[in-house]
Amino acid sequence: MSRKPSSLFVEREVYRKRRMIDAARVLPILGAALFLLPVLWRSPEGLGLPTTHLMGYLFGIWLLLTVGAAALSSYIASIPEPDEDPPEARG
Amino acid sequence: MATLNLLVLVCLLYVALLFAVAFGADRAALHGRSRWLRSSLIYTLSLSIYCTAWTFYGAVGFAARSGLEYLTIYLGPTLVMIGWWYTLRKMVRIGRSQRITSIADLISSRYGKSTLLAVLVTVIAVIGTMPYVALQLQSVALSFDAFAEAEPGGRAPNTEATALWVALGLAIFTVLFGTRNLNANERHHGVVMAIALEAVVKLFALLAVGVFVVWGLSGGVGDTLARIDASNIARWEVSGSRWVGLTMLSAMAFLCLPRMFQVMVVENEDERHLRTASWAFPTYIMLISLFVVPIAVVGLDILPAGSNPDLFVLTLPLHAGQDGLAILSFLGGFSSATSMVIVAAIALSTMLSNHIVMPIWLRMSGKHAMMSGDVREVALLARRFSIVFVVLLGYAYFRLSGGGAALAAMGLVSFAGVAQFLPAMMGGIFWRGATRAGALAGLLVGAMIWFYTMFLPSFGASLLMPQAVLDHGLFGQDWLRPYALFWTNGMDPVVHAVMWSLTLNILTFVTVSIFSFPSPLERLQGAQFVNVFRHTSTTGTWSGGLGQSEDLLTLAQRIMGAVPAQQFFAAAAQRQGLEGYLPEPSTDFLQELERELSGSVGGATAHAMVSQIVGGATVSVEDLMAVADETAQIMEYSNQLEAKSQELQRAARQLREANDKLTQMSVQKDSFLSQISHELRTPMTSLRSFSEILRDSDNLTSEETRRYASIIHDEALRLTRLLDDLLDLSVLENGQVVMNEQVGTLQTVLDRCTAMAVGEGRKLEIIRNREAEDIVLHTDLDRLAQVFINLISNARKYSDAEAPVLTIRSALDRDRVLIDFTDNGSGIPTEEQSVIFEKFARVGQNEAGGAGLGLAICREIMQRLGGSITYLPGQSGTAFRVTLPVSTRVAAQ
Repeated sequence: MSRKPSSLFVEREVYRKRRMIDAARVLPILGAALFLLPVLWRSPEGLGLPTTHLMGYLFGIWLLLTVGAAALSSYIASIPEPDEDPPEARG
Repeated sequence: MATLNLLVLVCLLYVALLFAVAFGADRAALHGRSRWLRSSLIYTLSLSIYCTAWTFYGAVGFAARSGLEYLTIYLGPTLVMIGWWYTLRKMVRIGRSQRITSIADLISSRYGKSTLLAVLVTVIAVIGTMPYVALQLQSVALSFDAFAEAEPGGRAPNTEATALWVALGLAIFTVLFGTRNLNANERHHGVVMAIALEAVVKLFALLAVGVFVVWGLSGGVGDTLARIDASNIARWEVSGSRWVGLTMLSAMAFLCLPRMFQVMVVENEDERHLRTASWAFPTYIMLISLFVVPIAVVGLDILPAGSNPDLFVLTLPLHAGQDGLAILSFLGGFSSATSMVIVAAIALSTMLSNHIVMPIWLRMSGKHAMMSGDVREVALLARRFSIVFVVLLGYAYFRLSGGGAALAAMGLVSFAGVAQFLPAMMGGIFWRGATRAGALAGLLVGAMIWFYTMFLPSFGASLLMPQAVLDHGLFGQDWLRPYALFWTNGMDPVVHAVMWSLTLNILTFVTVSIFSFPSPLERLQGAQFVNVFRHTSTTGTWSGGLGQSEDLLTLAQRIMGAVPAQQFFAAAAQRQGLEGYLPEPSTDFLQELERELSGSVGGATAHAMVSQIVGGATVSVEDLMAVADETAQIMEYSNQLEAKSQELQRAARQLREANDKLTQMSVQKDSFLSQISHELRTPMTSLRSFSEILRDSDNLTSEETRRYASIIHDEALRLTRLLDDLLDLSVLENGQVVMNEQVGTLQTVLDRCTAMAVGEGRKLEIIRNREAEDIVLHTDLDRLAQVFINLISNARKYSDAEAPVLTIRSALDRDRVLIDFTDNGSGIPTEEQSVIFEKFARVGQNEAGGAGLGLAICREIMQRLGGSITYLPGQSGTAFRVTLPVSTRVAAQ
């Protein structure tokens, strides 16, 4: 009946995978912050920034986010599932 | 050139192609060749259902009006997809493990399979989707009109008529597409495949137009950027609140839109596809929004002032005389609109038929779900009518709104409407404390505020929302103005409506949840949803009696169809090790059946149907779950079990010991019997032989006769003694003897014993310490004397010393009297010390033939007197210690 005690230390691979999952969790928060940043930007004259610059910025961040997400998801997929119990399901 | 006729022909051909693709995919799936149909690529492309005519036409219009603001609609979903690990993964897992058919099913299942909640969600979804469908109809109608206008000498466009034809065409198309099979969880392979194709078409068309605009109409990238800088959207003029608010709104709507839920969760084949889609889908929407600003800017630049910016994607190629590209662009827009309407109508019709039509039909058709006729026919019919109903509602909205609104504005009304589901849904899958009452209250409050501040005003000042209410609030209440609730008039109307509806929705949801108490079924479902990763398997929900399997089979056949239902039942029976088609209605089976049925008619209805047959299960099940749900009670139960098992182990051990003792006693009894027979035989033999001599010999001297007679006498005495001893022992052992308590000193007892024992036979010197013997005893003195006499006579008989000497020492040890009898012989060998107290145990081969019962009797007597007799090793000769308790001991003076 009592829950199986989980060991304090895990294999290096599993540990790495968990940190990659952490990174996958942080990524959208980082993306949201970067996407919302233009709200605070003003040119020295007090006008809005040029649309072309912002397009460059927003699409650049967008591209980086997708590349980051692709890298993380393929990394997470490449390591076999250590157990079906993901870290956040514990406790 | 007969562009319009060509257009209609192209449309029909395109639809025919979609049919062919869908049909082929369904066939392939049927024949098991659906491997590539289930790839993550198809899944990602099907998600592009998010990009509707709003994206294809509306985004450019949006950009032409408010610059980069259109991006918010795509940034929100991008963040949700990249953050798939948080929410989507859980939603997909829940959807699969609970066989969820729609977002209404998800919310209703989570809150105890509540029908009321399902109905509410369905109604909000249907109303909320109206503007969205209207948007599609409007865009397709407008695009037809654009071609009609471009046609030389063309008739005057009649947008409303066109929209009606488009609506009817789409309704028929969807009915044919979407209601071919009933079970939503059997997945619409054909539809998904067609959507994937449409996703490719619309992306390709928009990119083609974009490339044409940038490199054809404009002079390449540099020139385009220069045009942007020179346009009236050259600078960032987006208000911060709209930027943040719309990004959040699109993210929420992405999760809550019924059609997104359909493709993301219901049609999901494999959780791993989500991982691929997490980056592939953001890439798709990034590409699709890449050329939006250039198209808008060039359109504003080239096309005559007053052109509808929502149609730039179409009118730019037309203006440039690129009819082929224009038709491609038209097809892109047509694809976007049709795919949205198809999936939205399928999703909504599932909800309508499962949560509104079917429950009503079941109630109307009598109390019992056991009726003849096929429920499937009813369900399919309900879905077909629901599809037509949903599309016609969209048309009604289009007519009411006048068909002149900006596409994006219409879409945002829908977004805000469906976003009301978010608190109940997210609360449901992350917070176990969320209750049905809270979800109901929150949804109602949020939907009402949205309806009042956004949906009704979206028609402009009209009969539904008179100008007076817009200006002065409902009933003239200033604080109830639709655009300035609670006097907050400094806000953009969209942000205002979203902010107030969601804030009050969440507040009500949380407050009511905290102060209400969920039913056991709700709590069980809540635990299963929130902890879906911890235990995918579920605990018992049903307890069925016998004889209901046949009814259940009848029910299942009506919903699933005869053959699949029989196969399902036969498989279940086989798993239970039974022959035939009727398994025991076990908890597992009933739950499995309910899930299977919920794939066709939704969780709440399936639950209601099964409970009608299993009957009364709901009450007892809820009672059961009140126990099962509580971990603490489970723990207690397990502790009790553990204690019980320990008790059982103890009992088993005691039984084993008792058994060992009995076996040992049986062995002892056997040896006792054989020894007794042996002991009796020896004297009997001499008795018989000497009495024969006396009888048969005539010439015996009187001396001889006397000698033989005395032998016979001795042997008879010995026999008597033996039998006396045996009788004595037996009485002692059975506890039948009564001890007579007497009072006397130890000294007098010993005096009596030595006098009796010394009188006969061999001479024995006895050494005593008379002062120490001055102890008063309260015990059976005669029995004690018997023990002492036995010990003294043993010493006299068996001591191997020349002049035997017996030392009797008495001492007091706390509340016991110790009396040691030690002779000066050679003692008893160690290996024999343990057996001397056993019956018939004799040390060595002494000629003095005792029966070997004396010490056994002594031991019994001492036990009865509450003391003991033990052999005392390590003395100069044979030594026995008699121990006796002195309960009331007074030293005699």
